[in-house]
Amino acid sequence: METDFFALIISAIFINNILLAKFLGNCPFLGVSKNMDTAVGMSAAVVFVLTLAGIITWVVDHYILATFKIEYIQTLAFILVIATLVQFVELFLRKSIPALYKSLGIFLPLITTNCAVLGTAIINIQEDFSLLETVVFSAASATGFGLALVLFAGIRERFEIARIPKPLEGTGIGLVTAGLLALSFFAFKGMI
Amino acid sequence: MFIPAFVMLGIGFTSAVVLAVAAKVFHVEIDPRIAEIEDALPGANCGGCGYAGCSACAEGMATGAAPVTACVAGGEETCLAVAKIMGGEAGFVEPEIAHQYCKGGDRAERKYHYEGAVDCRAMAELYGGDLRCEYGCLGMGTCVTVCNFGALEMGDEGFPVVNPGNCVGCGACEKVCPTDVIKLYSITDRLLHFNHDEECLSPCKQLCPAQIDIPGYVDLASQGKLEEAVSLIKERNPLPLICGRVCPAPCENGCRRAAIEDEPVHHNYLKRYIADWDMALGKRKLPSVLPDTGKKVAIIGGGPCGLSAAYYLRRLGHSPTIFDSKPELGGMLRYGIPEYRLPKKVLDFEIQEILDLGVDVRCNAYLGQDLTIAQLEEEFDAVLMAMGAWDNSALGCDGEDLEGVWKGTEFLQKRELDIKVDLTGKKVVVVGGGNTAMDACRSSLRMGAAEVVLLYRRTRNEMPANKVEIDAAEHEGIQYHLLAAPTRLVGDDQGVVQQIEFIRMELGEPDASGRRRPVPVEGSETLMDVDVVIAAIGQKPLLDWYTDDLKERGLQLTRWNTIVSDDETLQSDVPHIFTGGDLWSGPALLVDAIGTGRRATRSIHRFLNGQDLTLPKGTFKGAEKIALSNEIAVLGVERLPQVPQPELEVEDRITNFEEVDLVLTPELVQQEANRCMRCGTICYFKDDQLKEHVEGKDARTTVDDLLSKSPV
Repeated sequence: METDFFALIISAIFINNILLAKFLGNCPFLGVSKNMDTAVGMSAAVVFVLTLAGIITWVVDHYILATFKIEYIQTLAFILVIATLVQFVELFLRKSIPALYKSLGIFLPLITTNCAVLGTAIINIQEDFSLLETVVFSAASATGFGLALVLFAGIRERFEIARIPKPLEGTGIGLVTAGLLALSFFAFKGMI
Repeated sequence: MFIPAFVMLGIGFTSAVVLAVAAKVFHVEIDPRIAEIEDALPGANCGGCGYAGCSACAEGMATGAAPVTACVAGGEETCLAVAKIMGGEAGFVEPEIAHQYCKGGDRAERKYHYEGAVDCRAMAELYGGDLRCEYGCLGMGTCVTVCNFGALEMGDEGFPVVNPGNCVGCGACEKVCPTDVIKLYSITDRLLHFNHDEECLSPCKQLCPAQIDIPGYVDLASQGKLEEAVSLIKERNPLPLICGRVCPAPCENGCRRAAIEDEPVHHNYLKRYIADWDMALGKRKLPSVLPDTGKKVAIIGGGPCGLSAAYYLRRLGHSPTIFDSKPELGGMLRYGIPEYRLPKKVLDFEIQEILDLGVDVRCNAYLGQDLTIAQLEEEFDAVLMAMGAWDNSALGCDGEDLEGVWKGTEFLQKRELDIKVDLTGKKVVVVGGGNTAMDACRSSLRMGAAEVVLLYRRTRNEMPANKVEIDAAEHEGIQYHLLAAPTRLVGDDQGVVQQIEFIRMELGEPDASGRRRPVPVEGSETLMDVDVVIAAIGQKPLLDWYTDDLKERGLQLTRWNTIVSDDETLQSDVPHIFTGGDLWSGPALLVDAIGTGRRATRSIHRFLNGQDLTLPKGTFKGAEKIALSNEIAVLGVERLPQVPQPELEVEDRITNFEEVDLVLTPELVQQEANRCMRCGTICYFKDDQLKEHVEGKDARTTVDDLLSKSPV
């Protein structure tokens, strides 16, 4: 079957945005979106880890779990694999590419428990993607995550100087804005 | 049943092995101290240190990227704990404290209504600033909101007030302030700061050669906060007792009360009142001195420039030593200014404070005779030359060497050096129109002279002396022979001066100094009987110290006998030799010398630390004027005359050397301080607002008032 990669990318970034359509990874979405610099760093780290995690979980699923026909322990196995992967990447970067480690370093441990990573890995399997499709979809999903996070951070930076009703200050107005942002992304639904 | 468990075990085991191998292969030596330091930190994750949390800061401290004092929340205990872990002494890092310099003053009219914004940054984005002024404090209190340590609160006048005790110097307020009126300053920053053209500078502050925060101390005086006023003045001028008595106050020429044809605010007597109050307290409170740097600086000349430099160098932790050729310190202040203007006990008190900071003094050390620059260079890291201008210009006419013809500064120092001078019943002619001439006239009178005549070749308007001096001398009965210049001195058989011949002058075209040039009137020579002639027509630096050795090493002189040095940094062509005072500028005011002393201090401090000496672009070296500051019309301000300066009656003062000017009363001080319109670059208080302010009400509209009025 011929895959339309363009459609796959557009769908992953805009239509099925992992944050705004699937509501996965809301913890960093609210946690690290107060400052633009942090948001950009986090996005880069997510793109990096999500793509790698997509590949390795695909391999684990197809060559280990499928072989033994025990796909039902998928979640358990993936959590273990992703956690190991992130730890490994952290160790590797620290030694081999210190510059990259410096810019991504503090975000890597945060991603260990990010449900966007696990979610994308599971979607890859559910959709029955090939390895290539997995790589593209994972990278595109992560880009979508980054896009939403950076947009949101831009908006939240303005909150600091805006007049916000007292009860809504902080996370309250953040959630309202996230909802509105999701609603606007809803408009992409008809594209493909 | 067993397969999934087996697979999971397999994956888990593989992961463990992979990580174990990776940990071995990719092992990076991690400083064990990082974890220890992290334990010692308070864990507040406040971000005040500039790192993204305490663990990042701990890493920075362990690697040396951050000083052990980086933690702003922990304070001294944390610092000591970290220093212990790092296995060293906690090196001194100067604390920084927030300082808000905008003191307000309502601007002409408010330009905008607030539209619901409650944050300075929002206001700055909406309107580019301005509730009151686009340069000043917007008064919404965003800095107060972001301060985590309770160090800021909104003051009664709608400006944030810093509580230095609580401020940890995290800089959160500085980051959020859109108009940069709140900034972190260390003591060094404050002592070495020079006016900058982007600051909100009142005209008086621009015109002060020592750059004293004049509106600041006038404001503090009006609130009765005299102790704070003293320390504010001393950040720029360590000699307020002296300056408050003899300064001709160039600052007062800039006062915007002149824009409504009113008299300027009498800053200098306010300064004197503040300083006198401090002296009268009887308990000397020394300012803070930073820890010793171990750097030694030789200061040659114990006059105002040398004293000022010694004061600031010592406060920065350096060890200055003053060398002076005279038996006591003070230079022209002691040996030039007579007792009736500047009592010696006042001078001694002020000098003692500087010495109490830990400044060494070696008096009776004449450069060129008792010591040489080469000797000093062995012992000291830098040398400041500030020997002043002690050489009197010659009259340039016949008979100058006759007995009874004295030079101005030589005559004035006789009294202090206990050389008996009896002028009883004598007729004294003083030549010149500067302060030295005035001092010579008034001193002669006090020494019993029957008649004192002043010869000056131009008119009263061109006299460089302080106006108050000219008036006071006239009140005391000095006769002014204006537009007259000596041409010849006639002596008797024994070579004692008997007569002075002078010629009438008239004013011609203006010369280079802008004053009209006096031209002699042919044939108008007149003879006058005289017992003593005192020539006080100008001074220049002495050159007896200038050796060939120094010349070969590149220390050059100008044609006015001053040392060639950089205009901004006062550094001579020999890098570790700096200059200041009259030896750099030629004869100038006390307050100029004080200013150059501090400027030389900045250069020496940076030189000793190996930093670049040049001043940042836009910095004022001394007194400079921003053109626009006087041109904005002052509306709604009524004239209020200056309070009268109390002084001794003429008959009580001309027979002795008692101090003539008396100190103002507290009521007069209050009245005079309240005449200040509190100008910034463009702002001022109108009189109606001034009155409310004086009566203790808040002259400003509060934020809440504005919000209730604004059309939200």
